[in-house]
Amino acid sequence: MDSNDYSSSELMIINASRLLRDGDVVFVGVGQPNLACNLARRTHAPNLLMIYEAGVIGAQPARLPLSIGDPTLVSGATAVCSMYDIFSLYLQRGNVDVGFMGGAQIDQYGNINATVIGDYAKPKVRLPGSGGSKEIAAWANRCYIMTPHQKRRFPEKCDFQTSAGFLGGRSERDEARLRGGGPQAVVTDIGILQPDDTGELILTALHPGHTVEEARLNTGWNLQVSPDLRYTEPPTQDELTILREELDPQGIYIKGSGG
Amino acid sequence: MNKIFSLTEAVQNLIQDGDLIYAAGFTHLIPFAAGHEIIRQGRKNLTLARATPDLIYDQMVAAGCAKKVVFSYMGNPGVGSLRIVRAELEAGRLEWEEYSHFGMISRLQAGAAGLPFMPMNPTAAVDLELANPNYRTVQDPYSGGGVVVVPALKPDAAIVHVQRCDAQGNAQIWGIIGEQKEAAFAAERVILTTEEVVPEEIIRADPNRTLIPGFIVDAVCVVPHCSHPSYTQGYYDRDNAFYLEWDKISQDRQAVNAWLDEWVYGVSDRDEYWEKLGSEVHDRLQVDPRLSTPINYGSY
Repeated sequence: MDSNDYSSSELMIINASRLLRDGDVVFVGVGQPNLACNLARRTHAPNLLMIYEAGVIGAQPARLPLSIGDPTLVSGATAVCSMYDIFSLYLQRGNVDVGFMGGAQIDQYGNINATVIGDYAKPKVRLPGSGGSKEIAAWANRCYIMTPHQKRRFPEKCDFQTSAGFLGGRSERDEARLRGGGPQAVVTDIGILQPDDTGELILTALHPGHTVEEARLNTGWNLQVSPDLRYTEPPTQDELTILREELDPQGIYIKGSGG
Repeated sequence: MNKIFSLTEAVQNLIQDGDLIYAAGFTHLIPFAAGHEIIRQGRKNLTLARATPDLIYDQMVAAGCAKKVVFSYMGNPGVGSLRIVRAELEAGRLEWEEYSHFGMISRLQAGAAGLPFMPMNPTAAVDLELANPNYRTVQDPYSGGGVVVVPALKPDAAIVHVQRCDAQGNAQIWGIIGEQKEAAFAAERVILTTEEVVPEEIIRADPNRTLIPGFIVDAVCVVPHCSHPSYTQGYYDRDNAFYLEWDKISQDRQAVNAWLDEWVYGVSDRDEYWEKLGSEVHDRLQVDPRLSTPINYGSY
């Protein structure tokens, strides 16, 4: 494979990685977000501080973590604390810059459903539930979401709001006076959605080779397109090499379409 | 007072039908051997509370031990769906009560501190708060704003696995410390399982590492390899292959029953289970040492 030949997962991981800034304190999830953070740390953000909800601060995993509490996160970390401490002293107190979110449904205002499809009391499909996401979405300064771009994942409104985006619009989130800024970008395998002034997610970037029409067809609401629509830079050879040879040599999270 | 019991005795004496139990450990130190012993002894109508039910509760639910689960993330960690708990919930055969991680851990924190409830800042994601009446919003008496509160969780019994403790149950844990300490302090009765029992001097040589004091512990059970397929930091690795295998097994009830017959009912204790796993698994889960630098407490 060369740099013109990459999977959808690699495309999403690389674009998510580029959103991270040097010095960010990131609340990391396992899987693709973990790869995005480790890629950023090895490229443009060497001072990225990774913290994990299991209570690990400053992790430098020597191998690919396969669960959110993998022992490789602990060995060589700067600190380990209890779960109560990580959610209170670190997240609630306002010490987290970036949170990564995932979920079965993301709606037009960036609210996320990770709980249930159908009625809560009589679930049609029962999903894992909040985990840390209810609080991360509220209190991290910036939230990013990585998901394959499929219509069923992007309904106009979620069946259940596990975590808050802009609720019914940016003014509603402002009124709730949450300390975090809400979702800043949704990175898909087609492009990037970002909130406009009203908090509605609009298409602000396309990956090379993808079209507005494709994005609109795969979105459950009437997707608006930014007047400043841009194309993302294709993955570089350097980014792909780090992902394939150092971070995920067995291809556990980088193969295929992800999600 | 001697607190050392076999795990069989501890479960006989300290876990009763209908109890609310909290088997602690966030991915790390999950006391699988205790879950299996509870299954072997046929406990019923338990309420199983854990932030992440993990495979331990999937297996206990499959074996018919539970009437209810209390959780904040119901998945097979790093793999996908937690199939049996999920199927039972979807079929309406298992009660459940749900929180976010912070809500769940705050409940334990309140229980551990002897408080009636614990406040949290609002998150504006109210659907779960509406679905679970244990979530309430009250006025902050100082600022007048709202805070979200959850009630103390007070398990009848907590089961906590540790790397080492002395015969009194003064227990030291390192690696991910999750909610072990809080679960132990919140519970009415505490069963400690440990990789090894060490002389009291070893505990006293490093008191900062002690998370659980012996005086709140009811039973100390020496159970090496207790947390397989979960792990014990510095002792053995997580058996990720089994987590993947369970994803397949748990798709088929007959396969689950056959697995329980072979690996739970078919062995008498954890030693027999560990031997049965065989040398390939033992070798695969072995970890190389990575020692910390000793610190100086000073002689005073």
